[in-house]
Amino acid sequence: MAYDKFSTITSPAVPLTIENVDTDQIIPARFLKAIERKGFGDNLFRDWRFEKDGSEKAGFPINNKKYSGKILVAGKNFGSGSSREHAAWAIYDYGFRVVVSSFFADIFKGNALNNGLLPVVVTPQFLQKIFDAIEKDPDTTFEVNLEKQTFTIKQTGETTDFEINPYKKHCLQNGLDDIDYLVEMQNEIESFEAAK
Amino acid sequence: MTSKTLFDKIWDAHVVKEVEGGPNVLYIDRHFIHEVTSPVAFLGLKNRGLKVFRPNQTTATPDHNVPTINQHIAVKDELSRTQLEMLKANCTEHGIVHHDLGSEGHGVVHIIGPEMGLTQPGMTIVCGDSHTSTHGAFGAIAFGIGTSEVEMVLASQCIMQPKPKKMRISVNGKLAEGVTAKDIALYIISQISTSGGTGHFIEYTGSAIKSLSMEGRMTLCNLSIECGARGGMIAPDETTFEYVKGRKYAPKGAEWDKAVEKWKELKSDDDAVFDTELTFDAADIEPMITYGTNPGMGMGITQKIPTTDRMVGSDKTSFEKSLQYMGYNAGEAIKGKPVDYVFLGSCTNGRIEDFRAFTNFVKGKKKAPNVTVWLVPGSKQVEKQIREEGLVEILEEAGFKLRQPGCSACLAMNDDKIPSGKYSVSTSNRNFEGRQGPGARTLLASPLTAAAAAVTGVISDPRELK
Repeated sequence: MAYDKFSTITSPAVPLTIENVDTDQIIPARFLKAIERKGFGDNLFRDWRFEKDGSEKAGFPINNKKYSGKILVAGKNFGSGSSREHAAWAIYDYGFRVVVSSFFADIFKGNALNNGLLPVVVTPQFLQKIFDAIEKDPDTTFEVNLEKQTFTIKQTGETTDFEINPYKKHCLQNGLDDIDYLVEMQNEIESFEAAK
Repeated sequence: MTSKTLFDKIWDAHVVKEVEGGPNVLYIDRHFIHEVTSPVAFLGLKNRGLKVFRPNQTTATPDHNVPTINQHIAVKDELSRTQLEMLKANCTEHGIVHHDLGSEGHGVVHIIGPEMGLTQPGMTIVCGDSHTSTHGAFGAIAFGIGTSEVEMVLASQCIMQPKPKKMRISVNGKLAEGVTAKDIALYIISQISTSGGTGHFIEYTGSAIKSLSMEGRMTLCNLSIECGARGGMIAPDETTFEYVKGRKYAPKGAEWDKAVEKWKELKSDDDAVFDTELTFDAADIEPMITYGTNPGMGMGITQKIPTTDRMVGSDKTSFEKSLQYMGYNAGEAIKGKPVDYVFLGSCTNGRIEDFRAFTNFVKGKKKAPNVTVWLVPGSKQVEKQIREEGLVEILEEAGFKLRQPGCSACLAMNDDKIPSGKYSVSTSNRNFEGRQGPGARTLLASPLTAAAAAVTGVISDPRELK
């Protein structure tokens, strides 16, 4: 699936301090019945975001007009549970390009990277600094520099490095995916099969 | 040669290429697909003008959204029906074996694979479902993948994966009566949390693990993902070979002997090094139940819900939010709390052994009038066996009815939804908010604990009701 090439993003962020956000919360199973990859953003965090009658729940951060931006900052162990890639699609489709947390579940992290959504792991201390900065001023902006692998709180200049696999970094920067790579390897795969 | 773990041996034998500064290109022996996570992958293939590279290594069955009653008539829900039709059409177009709803091979994907002998020791197995870890019970590397990766496997029979770290969990000693594989798993997750295994692949070992049947091993490996691990595995032994032998896709004759010889080598070397080692004593495990909204929030059924005295900050906030959702208070006992629904089934506990245990427990007792009970076999084969073994009569005598195979109330994609605010003792794998229906409150437990709740109408210790 093609996605936008990732360069530097400067944006305010939406805070979601809750921990262990599982993919059932990100997109409940009853919204997985589509056969195309579109519109999942409408149901992002469905049951936390909306009342049964479809009206918005006032207390949920995404519904709070003072928060905006392309960066979602979440409590530790984000994306646990189901392997549904719809979770990454929903976050991307809603308009986020980066998710920051101190800890991600493995499958979610892989799915995010395969869809142009950058998972940024920071220390628990730095995560708290981000939450504090947003609480103090919701318009605080952050810079995510993929080339330099840095995450910066613009107002204070505090910055931290983040890790990313060099291959995945290259893919994100160029909007490439693994399927192109694997299809080009067909001869090598056939030789591997023959030698098994 | 350096010593290797069981995981290393299988992984290394499947690496087609190590990408510089990147993941491994890993060859996949067996691929399972279902109706929910495959349509977008097939669409991706079509958009790229690609065909399925090795159609005979993929097997399909619809399970997530199928109804569990009246499967002979057309599925009412239009979106679900479309997904079922898409799966069938995609399989027909690409020459993939498809075990359709109502056919004798139909069932939950992680139940039918082992049942048909498609799951074998030493294999790499993937599926667009996190509970693919189930198949690790056979000494295979099996894990869940996203839809992009489903497309990769369809296009190339490979995926790109960084090699995970290795963890060994040993459970030694003898399990007490009334304690099952489900309790071992919930106990481990309660000890190491839902993120304790993240970044790792687990090998389970120890006398308590070796004594488990294949059904029990599958339950344990199934729940590996709930502690964050990609998968869990158990070295194959006579129990494994005995289970696989004679199944439809198992090797036959001289091929069988050759396969078993090879499978016997599938174990960690004595001096193999794991990144993390954990040891538990089977005697410390009692029937487990969860009280919160993730599988790590579990405890022995005689215990009290933890207090928040020693919790701080976001840990405390998350814990309190969870208890508020469940309608429970910190520090209170869980035994005797009311139950509205009981669900027996899912890829965790929908096998014949689970139905035998449940039936044996309720034999001569009666279903509590206040409880709605859904008994959902994991496959047509399990359903058939339940009938052949005469379990249906016993269940009906006790006031229970059998439904038809599917994932059902485990994730409530079909009509099997627990109503908002109701309590469900469930043999499935996740107690997340709304998992069994918006507002539903799930308590994960073994088939025995579920049976005890079904006959008493409250949360009960199965050991007290023999």
